Amino acid sequence: MAAKPRVKVPKSVAAGDVITIKSLISHKMESGQRKDGDGNPIPRDIINHFAAAFDGEEFFSVDIDPAVSANPYLEFSVRVDEAGTFTFTWTDDAGEVITHEQDIALKS
Amino acid sequence: MHPSTNLGRRRLLGTAAAAATAAFFGTSGRVFAAMEDVDKAIADFGGGAEAADGTITLTTPEIAENGNSVPVAFSVESPMTEESHVESVMILAADNPSAGVATFHFTPRSGEAKASTRMRLARTQDVVAVAKMSDGSLHRASANVKVTIGGCGG
Repeated sequence: MAAKPRVKVPKSVAAGDVITIKSLISHKMESGQRKDGDGNPIPRDIINHFAAAFDGEEFFSVDIDPAVSANPYLEFSVRVDEAGTFTFTWTDDAGEVITHEQDIALKS
Repeated sequence: MHPSTNLGRRRLLGTAAAAATAAFFGTSGRVFAAMEDVDKAIADFGGGAEAADGTITLTTPEIAENGNSVPVAFSVESPMTEESHVESVMILAADNPSAGVATFHFTPRSGEAKASTRMRLARTQDVVAVAKMSDGSLHRASANVKVTIGGCGG
């Protein structure tokens, strides 16, 4: 479907901090608007959903339309109360899912 | 040469061109979205509630050099508690082939109802952001983005 995603999450935070997460995944996000050399429409093929969970509980998601640029970039916030694991998922039109996990620790 | 004759001929040609264009777009359906599509999308999103201006801040460039990748960010004032938080924010591009850009869903754990991404804009147009709160209220903001090179391909 797409190349490996890159997600920027701080390594450790103070409990209760609201942090910013930046995510990027390679994907051409074929909108369905383009035509090939013979004038035939190129079919739509995009990542249409992104979700972020912390310790299995989803806290943020995005329904993505073809107007989102290729190599979709998403930046969003989360409040971290305890150490744990983030799970990020990207789903495309074919139903394929790419998953990426990242741990976060609390500053001691 | 009589100026009135030239003006008459130009106007006739303009009318003919306009008629041809209207016929083409008319038979194949509307090619680009428009404010009515935006209003309908907001009505579907918000269950018919009136969207008040403010509370949500939309940030876009005044001029987008490349319509293929236009940064868009928003932030909604909200305590983000269980009792009072932002549920969703929808971004629309009023004059793209299709108005929808993305819809963001938040929970109290989000901490802040803010996000950003990059979008494609086919041409100069208004971008609209609508926030739906946990109490059902709607808030909106819009900004006009000038696009020098359109980003919808084809």
